[in-house]
Amino acid sequence: MNLKHVTGLLCAAAMSLVLASGAWAEDKIVKIGVILPMSGGTASIGAHAKAALEVATDIINNAHPELGNLPLAKNAGLAGLGGAKIEVVIADNQGNPATGQNQALRLITEDKVAAVFGAYQSGITLTSSAIAEKYGIPYLNSESVAANLTERGFKWFFRTTPIATDFAKAYVDFLSDMKASGAKTDAIALVHDNTEYGTSVANTIAGAFKEKGQPVALDVAYPVNATDLQGQVLQLKDKKPDVIIMISYTSDAILFAKTMQSLDYKPAILLADDAGYSDPSFIKAVGKISQGVFNRSSWSVGPSGSPSAIIADMYKKKSGEEMDDTVGRQMQGFFVLADAIDRAGSTDPAKIQAALKATDLKPEQLMMGYKGVKFDDKGQNTLASGLIIQLQDGENYTAVWPKANAEKAPVLPYKGW
Amino acid sequence: MSFVLVQVIVGGLLLGAVYALFSSGLTLVWGMMNIVNFAHGDFVMLGMYVAYVVYTLMGGGPLLGAPLATLVLATVGVVVYFALIRDIMKGPMLAQILGTFGLALLLRYSVFWWFGANFLSMPPDIVGGTYAFAGLRIEASRLLAGVVALLVTLGLHLLLTRTSLGSKMLAVAEDQTAAQLMGIRPDTMQAIAWAIAAGATGLAGALIANFFYIVPTVGETLGIVAFVTVSLGGFGSVPGALVAGLLIGVIESLSGYLIGAIYKDIVVYVLFLLFLWFRPQGLMGKI
Repeated sequence: MNLKHVTGLLCAAAMSLVLASGAWAEDKIVKIGVILPMSGGTASIGAHAKAALEVATDIINNAHPELGNLPLAKNAGLAGLGGAKIEVVIADNQGNPATGQNQALRLITEDKVAAVFGAYQSGITLTSSAIAEKYGIPYLNSESVAANLTERGFKWFFRTTPIATDFAKAYVDFLSDMKASGAKTDAIALVHDNTEYGTSVANTIAGAFKEKGQPVALDVAYPVNATDLQGQVLQLKDKKPDVIIMISYTSDAILFAKTMQSLDYKPAILLADDAGYSDPSFIKAVGKISQGVFNRSSWSVGPSGSPSAIIADMYKKKSGEEMDDTVGRQMQGFFVLADAIDRAGSTDPAKIQAALKATDLKPEQLMMGYKGVKFDDKGQNTLASGLIIQLQDGENYTAVWPKANAEKAPVLPYKGW
Repeated sequence: MSFVLVQVIVGGLLLGAVYALFSSGLTLVWGMMNIVNFAHGDFVMLGMYVAYVVYTLMGGGPLLGAPLATLVLATVGVVVYFALIRDIMKGPMLAQILGTFGLALLLRYSVFWWFGANFLSMPPDIVGGTYAFAGLRIEASRLLAGVVALLVTLGLHLLLTRTSLGSKMLAVAEDQTAAQLMGIRPDTMQAIAWAIAAGATGLAGALIANFFYIVPTVGETLGIVAFVTVSLGGFGSVPGALVAGLLIGVIESLSGYLIGAIYKDIVVYVLFLLFLWFRPQGLMGKI
């Protein structure tokens, strides 16, 4: 038993005490179990998500006519269940797949939640959704992008986010556009951690480039939450790839930025696959030395007064942070789940499952820039999409690709500091 | 190519010196009273936050942050000794493990509650950028950390072996009753040991903060390194921790660069286990 395991056990014990004392029955409450990293290396994500879900719950449970077409905003509570209120039961996955699985079991068997929502890290979504599948409880995932999650033949798993295969295609197209405009994009290096997210996304991206006849030149894997990344940066400096695609959580993303600066290494194009690079604390910590990094996103704040701008404002008041792509996708997923429960008119799992299957939301009913929400037989949202953004000033991301959605033109090469 | 290798080795040595510094407190406490302090990594974390607060409130760099972190953590060390360690030392080993473990969680989640879970970072140029000569790049903040680490570990060693305070501390470690008969107060000596150990750890934290990210859970990441360093160096041996820290730093960097980062922990731990197989007391430990 190592330190982490002991921490895990103690935290789980503490969490269950707190949750048990807080979970008391009341009429007309629909409980949704939420699994998130509230402690461990990605706890900042969990803290942001918690604030986002509080905003989402407020929007659902109270009347918000200013939000226009957004389902459930107009009236208070779920009309389909006689105005029932949504209650979120948060469970801490501690960044650990085994803990996530235990938490799913507890939420389903003890808290009797109507549906499960989570779990940020692909590796934990993988294990926790298997429990929901076994018990026949709907599981909605809004932010894990590992492609294999919807390839398991699950009947109770639904995912609203665009996934690794979508982004891999976007990266291929984006880079060939950059090449057409004169940039050198021949040698591509993938830098990723050894988690489910890091390895599976790296594989998907490598596959997409190989299909295009441009195999990835260098694959740099590193253990998650590394204490030192000098060796990896030197390896990159040595091999001089034209493009680096980073697949990293916040801690390693920050350490990479710092190490690249200290060893004075800049690739011509640095393209990040969301995750750590979308964490507002990444931008605060090292945004100024990561100027010009590209990233993917489905979030755009929109003109003031629009539903997305109002929501971003509510979120900022709640959390003190700017809205980012990750929390946006999480809120969007939560709305889709709540909408399905509302249409099901019941907390019966089979009815919610049927309602999720029948989901057909239009772009104007969404806060995110998806083309809609409609699930295929595997539970994947077929209308999810995203764009490429760039951290041009080191403080705020702006949309740069595809051209139709771009606010500014992409700036090359990567500026760094 | 060879330049890169030199860079890798220099980077590894600087990293290793810092490993040594934040491990010396752990080894000192073990040597003095056979206590494994599971809250050790979180002491490093506290040191980092003190440095960060000094920077944000007073705009002070490491010249102000490092001594303050040392003082604050030394005080924390004394408080922890009198409030917790003195009592759990009388209990079984399990009480010590769970006691310091509870302390680790208390510290971690207190900081979590106060500062939030966000990643923080010192400004990159707080210790004067990066030195470059002949293709070699050395970050001033890492150099500072490495040099201070060497000096402090050396100082700790001299304190223990060359001063009367050190002799008294070692006497208490050897035989409490006998030391007491000689007019040495074990309580005082052990409190001093905690002050020194925690102070050194706080100093390490403040120095690491200049080139690492700051987050409440950072102690988890760093704590494990400290335990490996201490057991490789020999539990209770300060020079052992220094040599072990440097070794681990260089092996990690070399294997990370040559074989791939994903395997570097395997290399480190295989060598570590092999070594302990032949020499279970560690590099410089006593049986």
